[in-house]
Amino acid sequence: MRLVSRLVEGAAPRSLWGLGVLLVLLLAAPALLGKYGLSVLILILYFAYVGQAWNILMGFAGQLSLGHALYAGLGGYIAAGLYFHYGIGPWAGVFAGVAAAALAGAVVGYLGFRFSLAGVYFALLTIAFGEFTRLAFDHWDWAGGSGGLFLKVDAKVDPLKLRGGPLLFYYVILALTVGIFILCRALLESRLGRYWLAIREDPEAAQAIGVPVLRCKMIAIVISAGLTALAGVWNAFYYNNLFPETAFSMGRSIEITLAPIIGGLGTLFGPIVGAVVLTGLGEVFTDASDYLHIAGIKQIFYGLALLVIVMFRPAGLWPWIADRLGFGERRR
Amino acid sequence: MTSDFLISLAQAVTKGLLTGMVYGLMALGLSVIFGVMRVVNFAHGEMMVVGMYCAWAASEYLGLSPMLSLPLIAVLFFGLGYALQRTLISPFIGRPEHQQFLLLLAIAMLLVNGCLAIAGPDAHGVQMDSQFDSYELGPLVFDAVRLHAAIAAVAIAALLWLFFKYTRTGKSIRAAADNNMGALVVGLDVRRLYAFTFGVGAACVGAAGALMLTIIPVTPFLSAEYTLLAFVIVIVGGLGSMTGALMGGLLIGVSEAVAGLVLQPSLKSMVSFGLLILVLLLRPQGLFGGKSGT
Amino acid sequence: MTRSAITRRGLNRAAIAGATLIGAPLPLRHGFAQSPPANLKVALLLPTSGLQAQIGQACKRGADVANDVFGDMKMPVRLEVMNYDTESKPDAARTQAEKAIDAGAHILVGAFDSGQSIAIAQVAEQRGIPFVVNIAAAPQLTEQGYKFLVRNFPTAAMLITGALNLHKDIFKASGQTPKTAVMMSVNDTFGTSMINGIKGLFPKLDMPYELVDTISYDPAAKDLSVEVGKAKATKADLLLPVCRLNDAKLLVQEMVKQRWEPMGVLNPGSPGLYEQDFLKTMGKYGDFLISNVPWLDPKQAMTVSLEKHHLAKFPNDQLDLNGGFTFEAMLIAAQAWLVAKSTKADALMEALRNTKIDNHVMVGGPIQFDAKGQNVNIKAAAVENLKRKPTVVMPVASAAAPLVFPMPGWADKRRV
Repeated sequence: MRLVSRLVEGAAPRSLWGLGVLLVLLLAAPALLGKYGLSVLILILYFAYVGQAWNILMGFAGQLSLGHALYAGLGGYIAAGLYFHYGIGPWAGVFAGVAAAALAGAVVGYLGFRFSLAGVYFALLTIAFGEFTRLAFDHWDWAGGSGGLFLKVDAKVDPLKLRGGPLLFYYVILALTVGIFILCRALLESRLGRYWLAIREDPEAAQAIGVPVLRCKMIAIVISAGLTALAGVWNAFYYNNLFPETAFSMGRSIEITLAPIIGGLGTLFGPIVGAVVLTGLGEVFTDASDYLHIAGIKQIFYGLALLVIVMFRPAGLWPWIADRLGFGERRR
Repeated sequence: MTSDFLISLAQAVTKGLLTGMVYGLMALGLSVIFGVMRVVNFAHGEMMVVGMYCAWAASEYLGLSPMLSLPLIAVLFFGLGYALQRTLISPFIGRPEHQQFLLLLAIAMLLVNGCLAIAGPDAHGVQMDSQFDSYELGPLVFDAVRLHAAIAAVAIAALLWLFFKYTRTGKSIRAAADNNMGALVVGLDVRRLYAFTFGVGAACVGAAGALMLTIIPVTPFLSAEYTLLAFVIVIVGGLGSMTGALMGGLLIGVSEAVAGLVLQPSLKSMVSFGLLILVLLLRPQGLFGGKSGT
Repeated sequence: MTRSAITRRGLNRAAIAGATLIGAPLPLRHGFAQSPPANLKVALLLPTSGLQAQIGQACKRGADVANDVFGDMKMPVRLEVMNYDTESKPDAARTQAEKAIDAGAHILVGAFDSGQSIAIAQVAEQRGIPFVVNIAAAPQLTEQGYKFLVRNFPTAAMLITGALNLHKDIFKASGQTPKTAVMMSVNDTFGTSMINGIKGLFPKLDMPYELVDTISYDPAAKDLSVEVGKAKATKADLLLPVCRLNDAKLLVQEMVKQRWEPMGVLNPGSPGLYEQDFLKTMGKYGDFLISNVPWLDPKQAMTVSLEKHHLAKFPNDQLDLNGGFTFEAMLIAAQAWLVAKSTKADALMEALRNTKIDNHVMVGGPIQFDAKGQNVNIKAAAVENLKRKPTVVMPVASAAAPLVFPMPGWADKRRV
């Protein structure tokens, strides 16, 4: 009970009611939305989740990672590989996947932080590791190499093996998203969260007052990597196929970062708002491009939307919306 | 080490050097932009692809070979780069990295998909008159087209060097790069200089694109790879150092070629990334860079 | 290249059609107005944009004339073809398959590429909709136990066995036998299947030459000079390329530039070397390259009809195995409907499994599927590029011109 009270401390009653209503709506969503609507909502939740995981490293601890697909890919491949070769179900395989990703995160983090790489240099390090792993997986036969890894598909529903339709995967990703939301709130309220804030705002001053900077950064990247891996596992079992060139691609990494940046870095709701806006826009633009029949038109609209948002709302959409709606989330 | 292998190795090294020169020219543009303004130009590869398309269009509709349209493209890109900097980019200088990144990402998306919308997804190449020619020097065979491109790249780099060393604007830009505050104090119009710099960087990239088209057909999907390549070269070679960008280009060109020969060709990029990681960790200012990391 | 739906050509065509309709005599107009509704909705999933765009479009052309050929052959069936673009990516292939099924497709056909086809097969399996594979060689499609799939194309193993046996015939006919060979392959689902297949089957087939090296490269590679240099350095007599269209062009270009003239270039079953775009770009350097692939049988009446309609509709485009197999996939779907007399998935799937079509367009026995959904009656031919056209040279019974082997050098007078 004390835990729960810690979590809700400082939040306006209005926000809590709003959250409650939202949760009920989300639980009932499959009944309310059609097949198409559900598939869009699944996509939104996925990007919200994975964006939130990335946000822990960037928004909370201030390190720009452009190679997060590495962790998602590792999680997905390890869990899928174990299932494909040994029949080990995803609920067990996920531990191996998360462990692998956490280890990778630790390596990247240690190399980056220990050698004082910051800003764009750190980002390039993350990109390099992502690309390196992509090429390695291209040549790893156990994982299917560049030909890809294809999981066996079944029309039967089997939650233990994550075999099933969109409904099953919807509730899993919903659970994951709610879970990470609560986790992030807890982290932000904790001492670690305050250390992160200090490091993000002024690393040297933080060091001076005794904040264990290296350790906090390491914790951030390991947590972020591990959580991202969960998304990778979910992804692998939902789509049933994995290719190194997409699983570890820089395009994937960039995709992960868009929702939180647009929604608002370092905020709790940023990634969710960002995911809603981006996916919504994406669908609108897909429709438009189907109608207009010009190759690439969807991405052009997308690029324009990004441009407008970054020029006029650089801090992200959520802080602006929150102000308007009176949900004063503590701006971090 | 059989003599056959040595010949293949020499062949690979030569080929790497020639291609590396063009890579170097492309990276030069990035080095100038990042070195002076600290703007992370994530649209660099995309700009080069647009340059390639321009050269192709010039060849297709105006009948000009890329070598001839190159000066036109360079001038065009200078103007576009200048305008782009004055309008969109200049408010972002000094802002947090992720915002710059998002801005340039958006620009990159627009550029690449604009090309896709206009020219379609198919590859477009240019058949040079010397397409199938090669020069022989003993046991080594030099691809004629690559050789011409490399020579042109060196010539352009030399022009650039002269510009930075002897012209007033060039020297002002170097001053602003070295010491922003000092430049302001002395009365240099830093904003105009930045725009000029971006223009110069863009012109380099456009020229590199025209040259690259002679070697490789263009598709919209090349861009991401080239952005990455440009960054690898600039970091390995050293930011803000022109020699660094060119040498970095050569180094990466050669290492790719040799790695392709000795290991599996599909692994050759791994060597470049490995090199990048090593340089980032051990010598972040790059092999030829002066200042450390800043 | 896709353009806005309204083009000058489109408007003109519409105007002419409108004028014809108005001016046509009454019975004809009545006929036009009462054009029969389609019997079967077939979703055609192909890479019509992206890396494989040109071949995807060649496939589509084969399907575009299907209804006309059915008319000629007096088959009482009309297909409604819904076209979907996989953008040469498995992700997009998957989404489009879902979209097609949601839009009411009764049968899926596609997708030319192995990776994309497997992604579609997964969707078809989950949703219980039949999937007819027109072209894709990866073994997984018929080895993973998909119940809703039939494939009318050889597996990698079949392609390779056929090719390697044809090689022996080629050497016997020409009197020259190479001692060594090097294989260069694109590094994707298809290429990996072929490499593994060749390595596995090679020792069993008692080949007269030795495979000295396998060099693989990225399908999106823009530059193959290092790879070709490496291959040249092996001094192999024979090159076995497993390539796609763009890299085929790069490959041969490099061979010319680096002056590498092996005894022969024998493609063991991949696309690229016989494609229209390849032949146009490479000019005289594209000649005398040999591909061991299934091909159109000129002796079949249906082939004649197909060629006629294809030429009429697409006078500037070559009809090759891409169009041929895609047409056959349409034929298979149409035949299944004729037998099942229903558009229900289970009935169609049952009919598909029991398919037996004697008259079709490709070389080989009747179209029939084994328990895994694989058509084992397809035969490979040796198709050599002669005078810029892919021409069947082996087996001798179906040959349209004599074989030229070994390959003439790049500067040889026979190249015009």
